[in-house]
Amino acid sequence: MLGLNKKDTNLLIIVAIMTMLAPFLLNPFPEGSALAQFNAGYPDLMQRFVIFGIFAMGFNLLFGLTGYLSFGHAAFLGVGSYAAIWMMKLLTMNVIPAIIMSIVIAGLFAVVVGFISLRRSGIYFSILTLAFAQMSYALAYSVLTPITGGETGLQPKPNDPRLLDPALADGVTPRAGLFGLEMSSSTELSIGGWVFTFNAGYYVAAVVMLIAFYLSIRIFRSPFGMMLRAIKSNQQRVNYTGLNSKPYTLAVFVISGMYAGLAGGLLVAMDTQVGPERMFWTASGEVVIMTILGGAGTLIGPVLGAGLLKYMENILSKINKGVIEGWFAWAPDGLDSVLIYTVNMFVGKQWHITTGVIFMLVIIFLPGGLVELGKRGARVFRRRDRKGLGLEPDAAKQRNAAE
Amino acid sequence: MTKLNLTRRGLIKTGAVAGAGLAAPQLLLADGHAGFTNAPTGSTVTLGFNVPQTGPYADEGADELRAYELAVEHLNGGGDGGMMNTFSSKALQGNGILGKKVEYVTGDTQTKSDAARASARSMIEKDGAVMITGGSSSGVAVAVQALCQEAGVIFMAGLTHSNDTTGKDKKANGFRHFFNSYMSGAALAPILAANYGTDRKAYHLTADYNWGYTTEEAVRTSTEAMGWETVAAVKTPLTQTDFSSYIAPVLQSGADTLVLNHYGGNMVNSLTSAVQFGLRDKQVNGKDFQIIVPLYSRLMAKGAGANVKGIFGSTNWHWSLQDEGSKAFVKSFGTKYGFPPSQAAHTCYVQALLYADAVERAGSFNPCAVGAALEGFEFDGMGNGPTLYRAEDHQCFKDVLVVKGKENPESEFDLLEIVEVTPAAQVTYDPAIFGGDLGTCNPGA
Amino acid sequence: MEAIILQFLNGLDKGSAYALIALGLTLIFGTLGVVNFAHGALFMIGAFCAVTLQKILSLSKVTIDPTKTDFLGNPAKVKTPYVQEWFGPDVGAFIIDWSVPLALILAVPVMIAVGVAMERGLIKHFYKRPHADQILVTFGLAIVLQELIKYFFGANPIQTPMPEAFKGSFDFGAAVGIDPNVIIYPYWRLIYFAFAMVVIGAVFAFLQFTTFGMVVRAGMADRETVGILGIDIDKRFTMMFGLAAAVAGLAGVMYGPINAPNYHMGMDFLVLSFVVVVVGGMGSLPGAVLAGFLLGVLESFASMEAVLNTLPGLNQIIIYLVAIIVLLTRPRGLLGRKGVMED
Repeated sequence: MLGLNKKDTNLLIIVAIMTMLAPFLLNPFPEGSALAQFNAGYPDLMQRFVIFGIFAMGFNLLFGLTGYLSFGHAAFLGVGSYAAIWMMKLLTMNVIPAIIMSIVIAGLFAVVVGFISLRRSGIYFSILTLAFAQMSYALAYSVLTPITGGETGLQPKPNDPRLLDPALADGVTPRAGLFGLEMSSSTELSIGGWVFTFNAGYYVAAVVMLIAFYLSIRIFRSPFGMMLRAIKSNQQRVNYTGLNSKPYTLAVFVISGMYAGLAGGLLVAMDTQVGPERMFWTASGEVVIMTILGGAGTLIGPVLGAGLLKYMENILSKINKGVIEGWFAWAPDGLDSVLIYTVNMFVGKQWHITTGVIFMLVIIFLPGGLVELGKRGARVFRRRDRKGLGLEPDAAKQRNAAE
Repeated sequence: MTKLNLTRRGLIKTGAVAGAGLAAPQLLLADGHAGFTNAPTGSTVTLGFNVPQTGPYADEGADELRAYELAVEHLNGGGDGGMMNTFSSKALQGNGILGKKVEYVTGDTQTKSDAARASARSMIEKDGAVMITGGSSSGVAVAVQALCQEAGVIFMAGLTHSNDTTGKDKKANGFRHFFNSYMSGAALAPILAANYGTDRKAYHLTADYNWGYTTEEAVRTSTEAMGWETVAAVKTPLTQTDFSSYIAPVLQSGADTLVLNHYGGNMVNSLTSAVQFGLRDKQVNGKDFQIIVPLYSRLMAKGAGANVKGIFGSTNWHWSLQDEGSKAFVKSFGTKYGFPPSQAAHTCYVQALLYADAVERAGSFNPCAVGAALEGFEFDGMGNGPTLYRAEDHQCFKDVLVVKGKENPESEFDLLEIVEVTPAAQVTYDPAIFGGDLGTCNPGA
Repeated sequence: MEAIILQFLNGLDKGSAYALIALGLTLIFGTLGVVNFAHGALFMIGAFCAVTLQKILSLSKVTIDPTKTDFLGNPAKVKTPYVQEWFGPDVGAFIIDWSVPLALILAVPVMIAVGVAMERGLIKHFYKRPHADQILVTFGLAIVLQELIKYFFGANPIQTPMPEAFKGSFDFGAAVGIDPNVIIYPYWRLIYFAFAMVVIGAVFAFLQFTTFGMVVRAGMADRETVGILGIDIDKRFTMMFGLAAAVAGLAGVMYGPINAPNYHMGMDFLVLSFVVVVVGGMGSLPGAVLAGFLLGVLESFASMEAVLNTLPGLNQIIIYLVAIIVLLTRPRGLLGRKGVMED
């Protein structure tokens, strides 16, 4: 189907079903229960899952296929975001031009950065990309303040020109939309104690992610993808065969940059605000972590890694001491304070410790990332007869969602 | 059941069990009823405390959170009531807000606008928070304020000092109790003139981002108006850790005063370097060389240690104030946590109380009603003397403290001494000078 | 002219911190082939050795003084450090005053222990793994280490002042008989520079003139052959890791008085020190030192007012700009060898 083989079609269908049902899958606990703290099925986080999934997917096209480790990918996300917000300020609050422009501008920026950085390989390439990203961050924060808004960033304002939109009624805040469908509008479904939220923005982002995912499968399976893998395994040999590898690496670098730009544009479409920290080196490091955590070079791994990282960031940091005290109210005196003290060390303001420990555990014990966990799990359950590639990541995703 | 009852999560939390019997799935539109976002329907109301818990401002964030927890305790009738006893408005009863018990959720801004908005959105979308408050930087305040405007909840800013928050980026749903760069400049200038004379040559080192620009601008304008000359203004990167290459040229420039428009770690490092280079022991133009730090906080003063001795700056509030409100607050905070509160803690505590009071007076949690109750509200007994929440820009106008690093501290908290309490009238300005547009309040759904 | 001399001094001073960290990174990379993102954390732990020692020395006996009151109006608690109790107020105060130099003695064994534990417990398992995995696992470790420090010491900077004797600054102008008050430089920063030179010299001498160092250098050049010769190179490499950790730690202790230590100081230096190492050329010790000083000096010049007036924002990007130019003109950095970390 759609030019994919059976395995890939299955994978795509499974991912499509999971993303469409995400509001249910991510809200397994009834509202009001103690475990509702762990629900992730609210619009903001669901949007971030798919958007950072796109970001990591694009990074993986570069890193997973060619082995080139870019340490400045957040710059493309940031540039895409700025392009998108300027479209919203100047042209229209419709997200389509914003998203298209974010891809185009990020792509152009990637051509420049890639053309220069790809003259070197290995860690020298990493440092060149890092240098470009850090320069973008530093300038956006300071001397480019007139264009970027500096520290406070940019938001659409009621009095922006917006050539294509009719004038806003007095006092109405501009909102991003798709031909009248507001990205922030949601419908809630209540069944028993459960509440499921279906958000327009999430579904727009999810559809975009499915398209991006489909394209990424096609690239993986294409002769072009094959060529990139050849470059990864031995660039010298490729060069000796008389092939010039540079156009291939530059092409994938630009595609990867466009994925990042798309993610940036979507971030703005979902939440109309840009700040320069989006381009700081830690943001570039984050996408490396997402990809390796999920499984570099696999199709679904980066998406899972992005999900895990964003889940930890948004859920763990909100668990405060009061919440933990609620959990251990049943424990006898003495034991409860020990439990509270221990758990408190890993959540709330200490959530970084947990993420650090989990990176280390995954890297040490699961060199293939979460996808490997899925594979091992599949092996344990003796599902060897169903070796469909798509099922294993699926298992990992279910587990991931359940965790 | 009416449509109004069904969608709000506050109700669902309490009414879910009863509703479960019906079990029939109900499809609800999240907007177009209830009148405003996250209208509390049960016996509780949820507030969102969004403070930096990781990153360089984590200690300040921790102090803000302590203050919020104290405020919640007092609102729910616990503790000794703190400033509720000295507050000029007596609408608060100690029975929660409008009879609803106050609950709260916390989040981590990481001092990044993206993370702060993600955290605020999760509070609004997932936890049903009806008000968001907190934060320790202007970038975050502006970003979260814009979000709250869109979502239709009230934003009560925490520590944010840039003019922009209630200037060019002001929003109808956002309110700031903390003072700003303009007020720092206006309050400092006369004190500087009185202590250091009117013919000084100043050298500015400015953090290269929005807050730095507005602070430099404010201090320059007000000191130049008294006759000071600005010799140079050099911008320093936010990520700078060693300021030696910015400090070293100061002496050669012929300047006799150094103004450090830095905050947090930047200020601790630049001040430490300035003292190391012996600037304060020098004489230039026949005058003793002086250093000024426009915005002080006790946590920064603690970080800079002995280097702050004798250095002038301004601050929003200090625990050594002797009015009844400040004493009551220091007592309940100190008794609970064992040390005096910081200015960040004070502004956050006051913001929480002001919000609760406004809801009581408005008789509704509707952001537009709350906003109307806060606009033009005059109050006293909150530690800064008579205060006005100005309607035009949602900025509080109150006395500003000019402080000086204490020469002989008596305890580890006794780092700053109050030099002058500048009356509110002297720091009041025309709301039009910073531009921006408040818009109209947005109640959301 | 004076301005340029002054900025040159600043550059050397900044450069010494960069060079010391980059030196340790290169030692680890050159010997073990591991990219260690936790190296900044080692620098930070060194600085917190000084903080810890200062706290231990200031441990105090608490007595209630009824004549004074604290901020709540209760009788004030008066703290007398135990060292002052035991050795008398003057000697006690002197010991506390000298806590940073004393911390050097504490830091050496602590840092070697931390380094060896890190290598044996974690890094060892990553020799054969891809560089990206090494980067990630050490980055994870760096996060855990810095958050643990934050958990115990808070996020606010903590002053570790230099001894009273080294406060103040040296006036070069007055010393050579030209204008005073123009070229002045703090004593402690001069000491830091001298300290860096001594450490760098010692490391080079150690590698150059001892048998141990000779074996390590041989191992750096060709690990396999050295192993075939029957030399237990692994053990020596472990010790090198300990040594590199000690260098980073000492640099951290001495840096404390310049800028108050905080839990994220390691991360602040991390990216910068990698740029330094790469500009110097991966695996080249002289390259790391040279690049450290070069970037320090250029960064200082870029922060001059005259420069910023013509090129605003240059101070924000100078390090990265130089890195790009160097890497484009010299593919393997200033003194890098062919084939190292290029795949």
